[in-house]
Amino acid sequence: MRVELSVNGQPRSDEVEPRLLLVHYLREVCGLRAANVGCDTTSCGACTVLLNGTSVKSCTVLTVQASGQEVTTAEGLAAGEALHPVQAAFRQEHGLQCGFCTPGMVMAAVGLLAENPDPTEAEVREGLEGNFCRCTGYHNIVRAVLAAARATAGSAAEPDPAAGGVPEEVGA
Amino acid sequence: MSILGTRVLRTEDPRFLTSGGVYTEDVVDERLAGACHVFFVRSPVAHARIRSVDVSAARSAPGVVAAFTAADVEDLPAIKPAGIMNQQMTRSILASDKVRYVGEPVAVVVTEQAYQGEDAMELVDVEYDPLPAVVDPAAALDGEVLLFEEAGTNVAANFGDAGQLDEHLFDECEVVTARTIVNQRVAPAPMETRAAAAAWGEDGRLTAWIPNQGAQGTRAGLARLLGVPADQVRIITPDVGGAFGAKFGADPEHALVAWVARRLGRPARWGETRYENLISMVHGRAQIQTITIGGLRDGTVLAYRLEIVQDAGAYLKIGAMLPTLTILMTPGPYAIGRAEAVAKSVVTTTTPVGAYRGAGRPEATAALERAIDLFAAEAGLDPADVRRRNLLPPFTEPHRTAFGALYDTGDYATALDKVLAAAGYAELRQEQAERRARGDVVALGIGLASYVEITGMGDGEAQAPKENATVEVHPDGTATILTGTSPHGQGHETAWAMLASDELGIPVDKITLKWGDTDLIPEGGGTGGSRSLQLGGGAVRQAAQELIEVARQRAADELEASPADLRFNVERSAFEVAGDPDAAVPLASLAQEERLLIRTVFSAPGATFPFGSHVAVVEVDTETGKVVLRRVVTVDDAGFVLNPLLAEGQRHGGIAQGAAQAFVEEVVYDGDGNPLTASFADYPFLSATEVPSFELADMQTLTSYNPLGVKGIGEAGSIGATPAVQNAVVDALAHLGVRHIDMPASPQRVWEAIQAAKGN
Amino acid sequence: MIPAPFDYVAAESTTHALDLLDSLGDDAKLLAGGHSLLPMMKLRLAAPTALIDIGRLAELIGIRADGEELVIGAATPHALLAASDLVRADAPLLAHSAAQVGDPQIRHRGTIGGSLAHADPAADLPMALVALGGSVDVLGPGGRRNVAADDFFAGYFETALGPGELITAARVPRRPGASWGYQKFVRRANDWAIVGVAAVGGRIALANMGPVPLRAHAAERALAEGATAAEAADLAAEGTEPGEDVHANRVYRMHLARVLTRRALEHRT
Repeated sequence: MRVELSVNGQPRSDEVEPRLLLVHYLREVCGLRAANVGCDTTSCGACTVLLNGTSVKSCTVLTVQASGQEVTTAEGLAAGEALHPVQAAFRQEHGLQCGFCTPGMVMAAVGLLAENPDPTEAEVREGLEGNFCRCTGYHNIVRAVLAAARATAGSAAEPDPAAGGVPEEVGA
Repeated sequence: MSILGTRVLRTEDPRFLTSGGVYTEDVVDERLAGACHVFFVRSPVAHARIRSVDVSAARSAPGVVAAFTAADVEDLPAIKPAGIMNQQMTRSILASDKVRYVGEPVAVVVTEQAYQGEDAMELVDVEYDPLPAVVDPAAALDGEVLLFEEAGTNVAANFGDAGQLDEHLFDECEVVTARTIVNQRVAPAPMETRAAAAAWGEDGRLTAWIPNQGAQGTRAGLARLLGVPADQVRIITPDVGGAFGAKFGADPEHALVAWVARRLGRPARWGETRYENLISMVHGRAQIQTITIGGLRDGTVLAYRLEIVQDAGAYLKIGAMLPTLTILMTPGPYAIGRAEAVAKSVVTTTTPVGAYRGAGRPEATAALERAIDLFAAEAGLDPADVRRRNLLPPFTEPHRTAFGALYDTGDYATALDKVLAAAGYAELRQEQAERRARGDVVALGIGLASYVEITGMGDGEAQAPKENATVEVHPDGTATILTGTSPHGQGHETAWAMLASDELGIPVDKITLKWGDTDLIPEGGGTGGSRSLQLGGGAVRQAAQELIEVARQRAADELEASPADLRFNVERSAFEVAGDPDAAVPLASLAQEERLLIRTVFSAPGATFPFGSHVAVVEVDTETGKVVLRRVVTVDDAGFVLNPLLAEGQRHGGIAQGAAQAFVEEVVYDGDGNPLTASFADYPFLSATEVPSFELADMQTLTSYNPLGVKGIGEAGSIGATPAVQNAVVDALAHLGVRHIDMPASPQRVWEAIQAAKGN
Repeated sequence: MIPAPFDYVAAESTTHALDLLDSLGDDAKLLAGGHSLLPMMKLRLAAPTALIDIGRLAELIGIRADGEELVIGAATPHALLAASDLVRADAPLLAHSAAQVGDPQIRHRGTIGGSLAHADPAADLPMALVALGGSVDVLGPGGRRNVAADDFFAGYFETALGPGELITAARVPRRPGASWGYQKFVRRANDWAIVGVAAVGGRIALANMGPVPLRAHAAERALAEGATAAEAADLAAEGTEPGEDVHANRVYRMHLARVLTRRALEHRT
């Protein structure tokens, strides 16, 4: 069936199977392969994109469910040469190693900061509970999101290179 | 000012952040145009004879190009175990008469489009005659149920002779304690699963894109599986989404993808699902360990024995051999007068076991550190004091242990003291005492681990550790490095560029790194065993230095001066005549008439031995058994730190994986060999909420084995963190009478330990 | 990882959805957020031949007050529910429950109607609805009916929905200021509850202690008779039939039910 949606600001119209998952539409039909498939059970978040500005796992959205809507992928974040503040923060804080979880992690972080612009460390960790990383141990990912929050808020505070320590009570 | 030792941001990051890495499933290449999609039908039973495999219905399903069974691939050689392992335990590339683990490939289905594969697989009909499963290695040892009838045993290999153990080993000990503990099976679970894309050229050569940890080893493995000469195979390594030891060499699936491409005369691709990955990528660890430790009441350890049963899984991969490394590291950083270790590897009807971050060494440390704590508890002593009393004194000359390991440099006591100070050990004990006095429901636990580990090993006994690199300077002022290492997140593009830049004066962002294409780089040891910086980095630095000397001669000719009168000015990247800076020639210009490149091989005298100490702080809810990891404080000393950003990242990742094994992750099988943790919903893969930010202290004890003074950092974090966290959980409950809890310290296991200690 | 093939149609209204359910028959399923259904279909544990998308019907999305009750449209995503000032004021347990489901991405898509229709006894919202004494508005060929939460969950992944029926809304009583407690015991943050407890207004509901969210009747009775939280909680596991899995066996689950009930009765989250 025919589906019309906007991907990174570009209108698209394509003929798709109803069962075509949004992540495969983005990768195979649109050629946007930053979003990755990392699991079978909507667990890992490597496929995270924004749908109408909110983060979703594109492996669990049918392309047809996205008709008439706006999808933003990691490729659509940077404006020309300049990195988006979240991308810049990930680089600055070494928040990626193999990079496989990174596009999904960045999009989840963008979604998180859109809803909570000044999160605590605990809120960042909870906010990323749907995004798995095997390489970084999450430490620098959390630093990157907090740095991006500070940068976006225009704070002049520098991240503390020796930071570690005890997060607030996380979870129930 | 040297760039070495500074926090250089990764040059590889911009592309990963904007367009994303190009992993094997992302590769678009004209050689793969029109590729068909390969799917594996896998055994749903752990142990059975195959009565029949019927692919006829599948063959006529929509989009199915072909379907194959074992009969079709008879031309492929049987897979024989390596080295000293039981040679009767062979594997056919597609199961033919028997299956031996849930997930073993039984048939291949090939479709035009990816989405048609699972539809077609449902139509493959396999009839099995089930056999009893054997999941427990101890049960496998008795041989009642044999995986390989011809072998007459389930024992794949023996290491040392259990009959030679000294029954008097503990005679002089005032305190002796023993326990059998489990270093449980875990799944490496890199975020990128396995994959392959294969195309045969008209010249009869295979080009295969496979995520791997060493293209040269993967080429050799793939060629062997296909029964073709290695020079007929070209491996191209796309970006690799993590590996952790599980992507070395080649697996049957990779070979079958290549075989399909050859058989059908068109390119073929495969991308593993996570379910397949969790049951058919190699698993890690899986040792049952009996530890016995004894000493004096003052805390001096006199004797230690380690007996290992290694669960090899159904087919013999490197996991079955890893006890050699465990045994090698038996005494760890301690001066234990008498120690002995033996092991056997045994097959079970489960996923084959391979290497996983640390590969045999975390197992040694976990056993020893548990033993030290058990001994301390038995003697009523503080575990920090027991460690300090028994650690080897600092040494700068190599120290050979009774197990044949030659430790290069070490200062274990300083590492311990540093981490205790950084953690505020005395204050933590104070808080623990206060909580106990109040009877707090939430108990505080403090766990320690001191470790030493072996990195940068040579390839077998005879071979010195080595690696090659080629460095070329181009007329436009850029440079290219070819390396035999195989980065998959470690940042070699940046790190090797730093090393070359420091010698050549070319900026890091003008230096390109290439790896992983066997036509370009036919030799190399890959990335694993924490070898890359000391060997691969050493080779890059050496090549750059040798290039400068070649360039010096050219500069001398050009400047009509004697080479001895020339000084290479790194800041300007130019040769200058001493005393006359205007008489200079830029390095790049010396590449104009003739290529300026050097290939070199760097050899090290031996493996190096990083070391450290970890402190973990946990809170245990004594009513529910839930463990919360509050702090992990570490010293991980791997010599000189080339780039603190990258080194810290490796430590963080290792600590998280190590901690995950201690209290979160486990692979579980039921009694029939069915995997119960075959998805990320069921396998308790660590998420961001289970770990805190880590606290890293700096210590750099250089090695004398290479000019940089570097050892390997990649696995150290995971080696220290596992026992530190496990010890912390037990420590939290010591006042309730708990002496040991097997990993992972899941809530139920912790609660049951508390109940058992209460006598319930 | 890929669902079996199916037809897809976007319903234009709830009436249209009913017509489609009727014409497409038993093998058609409703799709709202798809975060209970699609994961099952991707594992091929469910293979409907047609999906009727009601996820964007405005009439099914939103939260409003209706006298003594709050009415939450069936296609309201968990994130909206969790953030709703109205719900956080008048039925905070429900808002909190919605905030516990999965992770942020899942909460942006998953809906209350989907969760209730899926009827996983380990899930948050079914337990919450039972604890609150809420109900479900159902629309079908026979017209509208309302089913009390206590009667809605019929068995393991089974509800009281008849053929051709759909959930239009969930209803909960408005009790601003009422104290409540919620305990979701997990090994990892975005897991389903190994055991869950929700307590409010003298009612106690348990997740993952049986094939449906169960009421801890013995504990409730004890409370009504003046027992302390600890005393009542000791009876929390009575009448339950907990299953066993990799995370917990029967004995441990029953122990957790008691501990978590005490904590929920102490108004802890």
